[in-house]
Amino acid sequence: MDGTARALPGPLIALVGNPNCGKTALFNLLTGSRQKVANYAGVTVERKEGSLLTPSGHKVRILDLPGAYSLDPMTPDEQVTADVLLGRRAGETQPDFVVCVTDATNLRQNLRLVLSLKRLGLPMIVALNMSDIARRKGLVIDAERMATELGVPVVETVGIKSGGVGSLVRMLDRVAPAGRGPQRVWQSPTAADIEHDHDEVRRILGAIGGDRTEGTTRSDRIDAVVLHPVIGPLILAVVLFLVFQAVFAWAQGPMDAIKAGVDALGGWLGGFMPESLLRGLLIDGVLAGVGSVLVFLPQIVILFFFILVLEDSGYLPRAAFLLDRVMGSVGLSGRAFIPLLSSFACAIPGIMATRTIQDPKDRLATIMIAPLMTCSARLPVFALIISAFIPQRSLWGGVQLQGLVLFALYIIGVLSAMAVAFVLKRRGAGAGFQALMLELPTYHWPNLRGLAIGLWQRIEIFLTRVGTIILALMVILWALSSWPGPPPGATGPSIQYSIAGHLGAALAVLFAPIGFNWQISIALVPGLAAREVAVGALGTVYALSAAGEHVSDALTPLIAHSWSLPTALSLLAWYVFAPQCLSTLATVKRETNSWRYPLIMAAYMFALAYGASFITYRIALLF
Amino acid sequence: MEQSSEHIGLADLPNGTLARVISVRPPDAAAPPEIARRLAELGFLPGELVRIVGRGLLSREPIAVRVGTGTFALRLFEAACIRVRPETTRLP
Repeated sequence: MDGTARALPGPLIALVGNPNCGKTALFNLLTGSRQKVANYAGVTVERKEGSLLTPSGHKVRILDLPGAYSLDPMTPDEQVTADVLLGRRAGETQPDFVVCVTDATNLRQNLRLVLSLKRLGLPMIVALNMSDIARRKGLVIDAERMATELGVPVVETVGIKSGGVGSLVRMLDRVAPAGRGPQRVWQSPTAADIEHDHDEVRRILGAIGGDRTEGTTRSDRIDAVVLHPVIGPLILAVVLFLVFQAVFAWAQGPMDAIKAGVDALGGWLGGFMPESLLRGLLIDGVLAGVGSVLVFLPQIVILFFFILVLEDSGYLPRAAFLLDRVMGSVGLSGRAFIPLLSSFACAIPGIMATRTIQDPKDRLATIMIAPLMTCSARLPVFALIISAFIPQRSLWGGVQLQGLVLFALYIIGVLSAMAVAFVLKRRGAGAGFQALMLELPTYHWPNLRGLAIGLWQRIEIFLTRVGTIILALMVILWALSSWPGPPPGATGPSIQYSIAGHLGAALAVLFAPIGFNWQISIALVPGLAAREVAVGALGTVYALSAAGEHVSDALTPLIAHSWSLPTALSLLAWYVFAPQCLSTLATVKRETNSWRYPLIMAAYMFALAYGASFITYRIALLF
Repeated sequence: MEQSSEHIGLADLPNGTLARVISVRPPDAAAPPEIARRLAELGFLPGELVRIVGRGLLSREPIAVRVGTGTFALRLFEAACIRVRPETTRLP
């Protein structure tokens, strides 16, 4: 099961720290690529564990706990951290030892957590992280004095430099064989405790020379521009445009290459394999299935590259800050913007990108509406129908009618997403008091090592988890569309005799009120694999001999001739909403850790699609 | 709470003006008490210096507040827990 601690040998060391203290960089440095990323059981909080071999050959396990400001939790992340440390999280063993990571440039805030952890009573080391930056800023912190004042060992670390954890590793070496100390009973801190801790922090800072609230820092100067009422939004627009452009355009080349590669492999295999069920399974089932998953990889890599850079540098929280109110008007978090924007390319990377939204309700709402952003896979379908039914006509000012219809379809998607988000929010918790309290961390240059590890983890999650579910679904779909084969002497296309064909024929009854004929209904079944597959499937149903790119060209006059305009408009409306993409649903299942949300998503989108098509068809019939 | 003329809500502080925190407590009985507690945990405590460094797009909310060595974005109802007194001396 996800997230259950495996009983590996060696003591368990927990890394604890405030958000943005450089804890993850330190973790990456300590464990390198020996990391396991999963979720904590029952929640979507990421669980990262790694291992480290100390110089004297002791193996220790290192758990990177989610960032927390306090042991009195306010977010799911903090809840996990507090529960694990207190030994009351099911499936997790209480750590034997705690390394509290502090940002040497922000001790005023970070030391409070150290004091809370001390009260907890687990053996502890304090890592004075980012000590290089502190020194560069002229902050001289007396680590030995700090250790005396705190009563726990203190080591200086530099999380972004290899070798920056040497002293920490040597110290871990000494504690590795030691057992767990005596336990104390934990009590939540009172207001008096908080004030007392703060006085204590001030006292310690005074003693070690770390108390300096700087006047204007480099971050302040950057913020003066980035948060400026006029320049700030302009910068944001440029950044968002760049991300959108990258996901859409830069990914196109590698995506085409992957597609061509998979096609070539299929052609090569088909060249020497005799016509058989096995050949069909390999080429049309497995290979096409793998190809349809792999093709998203460039978009995911590019999108996460940008997200990791923006997050690591400190810009993403600022973008969320600027957009908080705008997105908040429909009940979404400012952080929902990038996932939604990338969903215009494909909902899969978009949904994976919702991990940057901390509030679980906001994250869920964003996941639920992401597929309403018109993804690039709908384009071939829209293009086919528009070119067949919408006359090529110039309106006022040279605006093309066809382009206008396409634009309208995008807008309808966005508007309905806003409406759905609004409804979801209304149904959710009592409106009003939703905490923000978002830290805008000091700007940093992104760390290449962390970037590489982060990207690799996303790729791995995508390929292993999503890949397996999607691949299985693709193979099932292939089997449905090709089995049983046509009886001898059959005249229609072979798909018509398969299970998918019978399913389509049954669906035709359901779809008759919205104007779909049996050919469309059958094409919708394999179209579940990916929306654009429906175009190819229509070609198959209409028994076209043309293949690949030319299907659409050959189909255009055919459907223009055989469908009525209301049917075509109804199908357009259908594709704005329809939950046609199994890969998206599989991703939602993986990201939410349950079947509940993909099922709800499929149901609500199906209802919207059916309703929209019904209204469109009935109104169009009147004219 | 009696309002001294020099005490203002944090949100009413003009951008860039330095102020000292006077009190951090729920503004009324209806406000959730954990907000004030968390603000204290983040470092919003009496005696600390604060400064507003930015506001959200097209509105007064949220506000970005510098406190100690950190910067936090707060919604207005969160900022309502914090009362401050503007400092007369400017930052160097």
